[in-house]
Amino acid sequence: MASPAPLIAPRDGIVEALKKVVGGDLIAHVFAVGEDSITVRREAVAGVMVGLRDELAYQQLMEIAGVDYPDRPERFEVVYHLLSVTRNHRLRVRVLTDEATPVPSIVAVWPNAGWLEREVFDMYGVLFSGNPDLRRILTDYGFQGHPQRKDFPLTGYTELRYSEEDKRVVYEPVKLAQDFRSFDFLSPWEGADYILPGDEKAGGTGEAPGKGAPTPMTAEAVKKADEAKKAPPPTPKTTDNAKQTGAGDKANKEAAKPSKDSAKAKPAAKAKTPATKKAEKAPAKPKAAAKAPAKPRKPKAGGDA
Amino acid sequence: MTDNATVRHHGSDMFEGYPVDTADTAGDQVVTNYTINFGPQHPAAHGVLRMVMELDGEIIERVDPHVGLLHRGTEKLIEYKTYLQALPYFDRLDYCSPLGMEHSYVLAIEKLLDLEVPERAQYLRVLFAELTRICNHMLNIGSHVMDVGAMTPNLWVFELREDCLNFFERASGARMHSAWFRPGGVHQDVPEKLLVDIGEWVDKRLPELFGDAMSLVIDNRIFKQRNVDIAVVSKEDALAWGFSGPMIRGSGIAWDLRKSQPYDAYAKMEFDIPVGTRGDCYDRFMVRVQEVYQSARIIKQCLRDMPSGPVASLDRKVSPPKRGEMKQSMESLIHHFKLYTEGFHVPAGEVYVATESPKGEFGVYLVSDGTNKPYRCKIRPTAFSHLQAMDFMCKGHMLADTTAIIGAIDVVFGECDR
Repeated sequence: MASPAPLIAPRDGIVEALKKVVGGDLIAHVFAVGEDSITVRREAVAGVMVGLRDELAYQQLMEIAGVDYPDRPERFEVVYHLLSVTRNHRLRVRVLTDEATPVPSIVAVWPNAGWLEREVFDMYGVLFSGNPDLRRILTDYGFQGHPQRKDFPLTGYTELRYSEEDKRVVYEPVKLAQDFRSFDFLSPWEGADYILPGDEKAGGTGEAPGKGAPTPMTAEAVKKADEAKKAPPPTPKTTDNAKQTGAGDKANKEAAKPSKDSAKAKPAAKAKTPATKKAEKAPAKPKAAAKAPAKPRKPKAGGDA
Repeated sequence: MTDNATVRHHGSDMFEGYPVDTADTAGDQVVTNYTINFGPQHPAAHGVLRMVMELDGEIIERVDPHVGLLHRGTEKLIEYKTYLQALPYFDRLDYCSPLGMEHSYVLAIEKLLDLEVPERAQYLRVLFAELTRICNHMLNIGSHVMDVGAMTPNLWVFELREDCLNFFERASGARMHSAWFRPGGVHQDVPEKLLVDIGEWVDKRLPELFGDAMSLVIDNRIFKQRNVDIAVVSKEDALAWGFSGPMIRGSGIAWDLRKSQPYDAYAKMEFDIPVGTRGDCYDRFMVRVQEVYQSARIIKQCLRDMPSGPVASLDRKVSPPKRGEMKQSMESLIHHFKLYTEGFHVPAGEVYVATESPKGEFGVYLVSDGTNKPYRCKIRPTAFSHLQAMDFMCKGHMLADTTAIIGAIDVVFGECDR
């Protein structure tokens, strides 16, 4: 490891020990960036913690963190960080849950889990069954909502000020003098997952037309634009008049000149004849000949030219 | 109506085994439990701490600390900022030891990036982390002493704190909110004269002034009466309640992350871990006093061994080029622009990095989704676990002991409430 981050030696035989202690409640074990983390069954977390504390010597619970992934069916992760002062090792234990399902409290295992669980409850609304004192902890008295959820706006919903008329602090809905500015500096060619303004008109994004940036076009203009988008009716190429041929006097003069290799052309025509005879014999040939003009296009399409 | 309370009073441990007459007699005052609010604006609460205390006379029966009055949603704000923009928030967590807070955060980023940091930068970080420790302990020791009645030592150690802040200003331009540690190193190199001055200060002024101030306190009879045997915490309790830093060392466990999980240049430093023997407020205080001397030792070693060289990573995809380079080279200009608008991307993953901040284990749990903003940044404050133990530490003590206990916890609410 090149970085000067705190040096923690990997613990020998941790995988086997975890399998033995946690047993069937172990869902996954990951060793990444020099850190061990395990995912365990939610219902069994209290028992697992006792085993980790008493048998694997993780004496201290340093932290309980919530993480919110709104796209997952069980959107919340509750992440416990354990520390062993005798073995000098850290372990991360993770359980998954959703808004309604409570996680068993581990207050009986570590008393300081009380406030840490209260914080996760306050910030994410994760319930802990068995916590004797599951009140809000960091937010205001009478606060509603769970501010660390990804769908909770950064500005919140209420603001408060001291009212001179009422001689007290009053709560009001948030009024922003200017729009909240969230700058997006992700470069669009390095993995931005949205459509750039204007790209929706190209139609190549799979986005329904008209769903992109608002357009100043009138209905007529849109109709015209749509008509323009339609493929033009096929016009057969003809050579009805001189202009359509693309020829002129100059070209006619050139054409009138006697060809230099007209003498050569005659033997060539002779040489052709055996081939045409063969072609007449083979029944499949005319089809092949019909395909022939399409051939040069193939490399273009396949890209292997 | 008061019978219940009377019985409860008489039934407490103090009178166990004695025959007690529970009947009210004429002329006796019946003492009932009552509840008071300690704070939220109390000079000895070291910030906005509200404690609902249930008192039996002057004996504390139960304490319910209400925290969060300084909650500013730092973790939420960080999710909306790039990694570099989020750095100054850390100064504002524990505003008494700002560089200690930055330390965990930059190390967490560097661990996810697996970024190498030049040696001079590591030494500079250690040097200033230890200066921060001295700075923090000066404030804590001073206010702890003042909370239990002494005035003079506080004024003296504040002189030293002022010196530290001046050093920070000379290094970073800001007295408190330095934002000087950066992912990949430090923001800028220090002037040579500053290192010389720090060396002189550590050699002369610090031991003299600090020694004088402490000579007034550590053997003082009143100070000992107020602190010895107050809020005794056993080793088992210290582990169970998630104590760290001087709180766990005061209880006699020689646990110091600088030693056990060394980061930056700490592996090359020689220092001792002071521990307490009884686990009371006096031990915690004395651990801090000794730590100041150990920090001075580390500072001297840093000054002696510090190599020359770059002070920030040369990986231009993470750490921006010098301004002079920017004026000369197009590539540097592009790097500068990209780093200060988009910022760098951190590979997806998660780390928990904890450092020994002056108050204890300060951890950052950083979850990255591969973009330029942290997906989640959970801050592990030191005070959260310590303050939670107030209830069991205060039980059975006098109301006036609360100030000593809070002083020995060394709580700062910018960090506790985030």
